[in-house]
Amino acid sequence: MSKKFRPDVDVVEWTGAERPYDLLKEGCYALIAITVLVAGLAALFGSPDDPAVTLKQWSIAAPVDFAQTAFSELNGTSDTATYGAPYNTNSPGQALGPLHIAQLVGVHIPIAAARDFVLAPLEALPANAQLRRALHQWSGASAAQRTTWRAHYGAVAPGMTFSGDSIVTASSASGPVPEFINDLTLMARSGALDEALLTKDSFYTTDFTKGLLFLSNGAYLTDQANAQHLLGSQWGMMNETGTYPGQAWLWLYTFWYQIPPYTTSGNADILVGATMGVLTVGLIFLPFIPGLRSIPRRTRLYRLVWRSHYRREAQGA
Amino acid sequence: MSTIDRQWTTRLRRGVERTITLDKALPDTQPSYVASWIYVFGVATVSALIVVMATGCVLAIFGPQWWHTSTVGHYVNSLHLWGVEVFFFTMVVHLWGKFFMAAWRGRRAVTWMTGAFCFLVSTVTAFTGYVSQSNFDSQWIATQAKDGINSAGVGAIFNVLNLGQMLMWHIVLLPLVLVLLTGVHVAYVRLRGVVPPFAEEAR
Repeated sequence: MSKKFRPDVDVVEWTGAERPYDLLKEGCYALIAITVLVAGLAALFGSPDDPAVTLKQWSIAAPVDFAQTAFSELNGTSDTATYGAPYNTNSPGQALGPLHIAQLVGVHIPIAAARDFVLAPLEALPANAQLRRALHQWSGASAAQRTTWRAHYGAVAPGMTFSGDSIVTASSASGPVPEFINDLTLMARSGALDEALLTKDSFYTTDFTKGLLFLSNGAYLTDQANAQHLLGSQWGMMNETGTYPGQAWLWLYTFWYQIPPYTTSGNADILVGATMGVLTVGLIFLPFIPGLRSIPRRTRLYRLVWRSHYRREAQGA
Repeated sequence: MSTIDRQWTTRLRRGVERTITLDKALPDTQPSYVASWIYVFGVATVSALIVVMATGCVLAIFGPQWWHTSTVGHYVNSLHLWGVEVFFFTMVVHLWGKFFMAAWRGRRAVTWMTGAFCFLVSTVTAFTGYVSQSNFDSQWIATQAKDGINSAGVGAIFNVLNLGQMLMWHIVLLPLVLVLLTGVHVAYVRLRGVVPPFAEEAR
């Protein structure tokens, strides 16, 4: 018994007329045309290249934002300090239903915010008696004492200013914390912190994880991105700096970040990822999904492609 | 059957000979229904991919900092960028065209699936290119994208804040996968042929 013909799966293979065709010639013409088009677009529009933001640039342009971010690293309240896996265990991270996938995978890029972003760079500075005493005071203090110092500094930090080439706060019983924040800010303004975060473990390095995490914990980078219409609420990653076209093909990925429940969920990233995962599987296996695979036949837009074929058929009939 | 006949290499060679005939690989005729501009977008996509690969090779030869400091380098980077834009434009038009032709019909599902995989791998390849620019754009994209990637538990093997790792993905691993997939996709297009029109009289 012959199988029933399924119009969205089966075809009547072509036995009709053929016409001359030269695949190599078509390929050569296409390559030349595309090369000319790309060369023209590149000559006409170029490409954007806004310089990377440095910790030096940030701490000079917005020293208070930098200093407050540095304090949040020391205080364990920055985004990185409270991130969870793969950086630390300070949060279960985002969840897909009951699954905290990142937490299950574990910490693979260990970051201790206070040590990596504040204390270790300060320890790398050349001898400075006041700073040495402050670091010694910190290392010799109990955890409770450090918490008290941070709490006292946290109370005066919102009123912080930058004046006379130093960070100024109202006086408080904060132990060595004011010294740390001031010295780290000056270190950043000299450019030494950029180097310290990059080359701490090796002369050769291509890993910018620590510097970028520190940058992203402050408001300065976000302010620059906002001015370049690159925020998530501005369709984020599918935009490019200036007026250049960006990754327009990410429009659907970016779209989910504009609507509830993704906009209001603390698990937005993993939810968007899961949604796109399902849609991607759907795209790949579309030939096997009843209903979806019938859309072309039902919409009949294929007649635009094969209009001459159907015209010939009609004339033949 | 001799020992040589039984070798897997011999059987593979003969299998390829039987399957990919010159008539299928480089045809000199094609069905008369293949007469629309939409068919150009497949070969245009491959052409754009060649331009992207060639310009990427030039950028690789001179290193990741070259295009920031050299006028010629900047132009090559512009060629690479616009090559990518044209590549995606032609690929998406090709994809929609094939969708509305239901091009998976007649044992052509693998052609569709490898094409869809090509699109998927291309988006990841382009993304790693954007985070490897080593400028403000790459800083912002990387710091924003890390949350989605980390939340899926793959941040260690795909750390978007690690320029070296991203550059390796961008210029070695992903292009290798993309070129292989594209080869399989094009081979299936040649083997199975272009999908025939819907037989309307049979409806």
